[in-house]
Amino acid sequence: MLQSEAGPRRPEINQARPDATLADVSAETEPRRWRTWLPVPVATAMCLGVHWFVSDKEPAPETRSYFVFVWSVLGVALVMAAAQTQLPRLRRWMRHAGPIFAAALLMLAAWELITSGFRWLPLPYFPGPAGVFQSLINDHVLLFDSTWHSLVLLLSGYAMGVVAGFISGVCIGWSNPIRYWGMPVLKIIGPIPATAWIPLAMVVSPNALFSAAALIALAVWFPVTMLTASGISNTRASYLDVARTLGARRAYLIFRVAIPAALPSIFIGLFMGLGASFLTLVVAETVGVKSGLGWYVSWAQGWAEYGKVYAALVIMAAFFSTIMTLLFKVRDRVLVWQKGVIKW
Amino acid sequence: MVAAPVAEASSLRVRDLSKSFASADGAGPRRLALDGVSLSVAAGELVSLIGPSGCGKSTLLRLLAGLDVPDAGELLIGGDPITAPSEERGLVFQDPNLFPWLTVRRNIEAGLVARGVLHEKRAEVDEFMRLVGLETFADSYPHHLSGGMAQRAALARALINHPKVLLLDEPLGALDAFTRMRMQDEVLRLWQARGTTMLLVTHDIDEAIYMSDRIVIMTPRPGRIEQIIAVPLTRPRDRSSHEFLQLRGNILELLHFAGDASAGAAV
Repeated sequence: MLQSEAGPRRPEINQARPDATLADVSAETEPRRWRTWLPVPVATAMCLGVHWFVSDKEPAPETRSYFVFVWSVLGVALVMAAAQTQLPRLRRWMRHAGPIFAAALLMLAAWELITSGFRWLPLPYFPGPAGVFQSLINDHVLLFDSTWHSLVLLLSGYAMGVVAGFISGVCIGWSNPIRYWGMPVLKIIGPIPATAWIPLAMVVSPNALFSAAALIALAVWFPVTMLTASGISNTRASYLDVARTLGARRAYLIFRVAIPAALPSIFIGLFMGLGASFLTLVVAETVGVKSGLGWYVSWAQGWAEYGKVYAALVIMAAFFSTIMTLLFKVRDRVLVWQKGVIKW
Repeated sequence: MVAAPVAEASSLRVRDLSKSFASADGAGPRRLALDGVSLSVAAGELVSLIGPSGCGKSTLLRLLAGLDVPDAGELLIGGDPITAPSEERGLVFQDPNLFPWLTVRRNIEAGLVARGVLHEKRAEVDEFMRLVGLETFADSYPHHLSGGMAQRAALARALINHPKVLLLDEPLGALDAFTRMRMQDEVLRLWQARGTTMLLVTHDIDEAIYMSDRIVIMTPRPGRIEQIIAVPLTRPRDRSSHEFLQLRGNILELLHFAGDASAGAAV
């Protein structure tokens, strides 16, 4: 403190908040004001400009809803630009999120220019954003229904895989005899991609939905088992020693020491399992199950309706990243005691 | 200070204790960590174990805790053999080893939960948190605590079971010099308040003299007791008094001599 008066001026950030992270520090430097509110409206205006420029080449009803959409984005952006002068929290959020939203809108404009504008990419494989948006609107009932089916299948398979993986992981991690007999099975069965079992699953189970859920469970089971087992067996011996000198019996050692200690590792398994479950879900829906987003994509492709294919991909992106975000939220909640966890 | 209540303390007796470990690669000869060690600690006594690393002091503590099994010899607590870990022998390590997933309060409760008596003894948790001055940190997680606070929480966690013997394995070893001296007084206060028998492993000669009734000096390869020195000073002790410094000189000399002798023997 004394030094800063006499010596050369230093940035004040670190002195005031010794535990500030890099993200906090960069967020605190005051940017130029216009950067808070201007990028999104400008990018939206460019979208509109591009759309207006190219739209006379396309039939009007195909593009009207996209037109309305971009206009409403512009409206919302302008309202928020006005509101942020009064709302500091909104301003902070906009300062942070504005550039990335603007970039996304510019990508949209570039996409439209390349496809509908200059026709650099062959149709019908590469429709413009307006066409995709129109498919999204036209087919929203079926898309919603497909998303719902995917969600149910995903969650039931994931839940089964997590429960099975957790139980087998704890057993393998804790008990030496179980590890001796279980690890070879895990090592041989585990690395086989779950989708490779599809031929067998089709023969064994008469119900495609059930076998798809079982395949997803299998895909989830392996990483969850592996990381749970390694987390449990890597529990610091001194935690177990301390617990035993506190009078702990086996149940306490497993459920209140080893499992909590393994949680960070278990969550890595849950994330890996989630990724594997997305993949298995889409493949299973593409080849066997007659519903869901994976089915929708291949069905739309069969009719060469690529607008619908991309619409489904957009929904998938939103759907999967929402689920991923939820898992991160759960992780942050459960692992509050850990310092320095990565934010999603 | 008030006389210690004897109910919370037990005597310890170690007779002809030997313990060896496999060498690191598993092929060489077994390393003898303890060789025929015998020691008696009276109920309510505070005894320090001091010596160079590898002299088996931590091994002895682990054996007393029941975490390891000796090759030969006898371990008794109040006349009963020690066969397994038990809540009557608390253990505090150099690393506080607080469970990072539990708040300070839940860490201190752990012993009660483990024994299934939390419900009856919940009131004691507050008492012990006050005893170590951590009431205001009850809901903090361990990574928010300083080293000294974490070690106080670890002491409270060990004490909540009312152990008859508290085994301390360099509990203050990782603390800075000032925190360390404060914590020495803290441990002495707890010892005097509770009267628990304490066995303190340390590599700090001053700490041993400042705190203990007797100092057990051990030598390495194989781990043996070289000498047991009674500390005749009255408490509170003055770290700069003539007697203190003289005792310190004696022990230093003894350890140097012991170190040279064992080095000569090893060649």
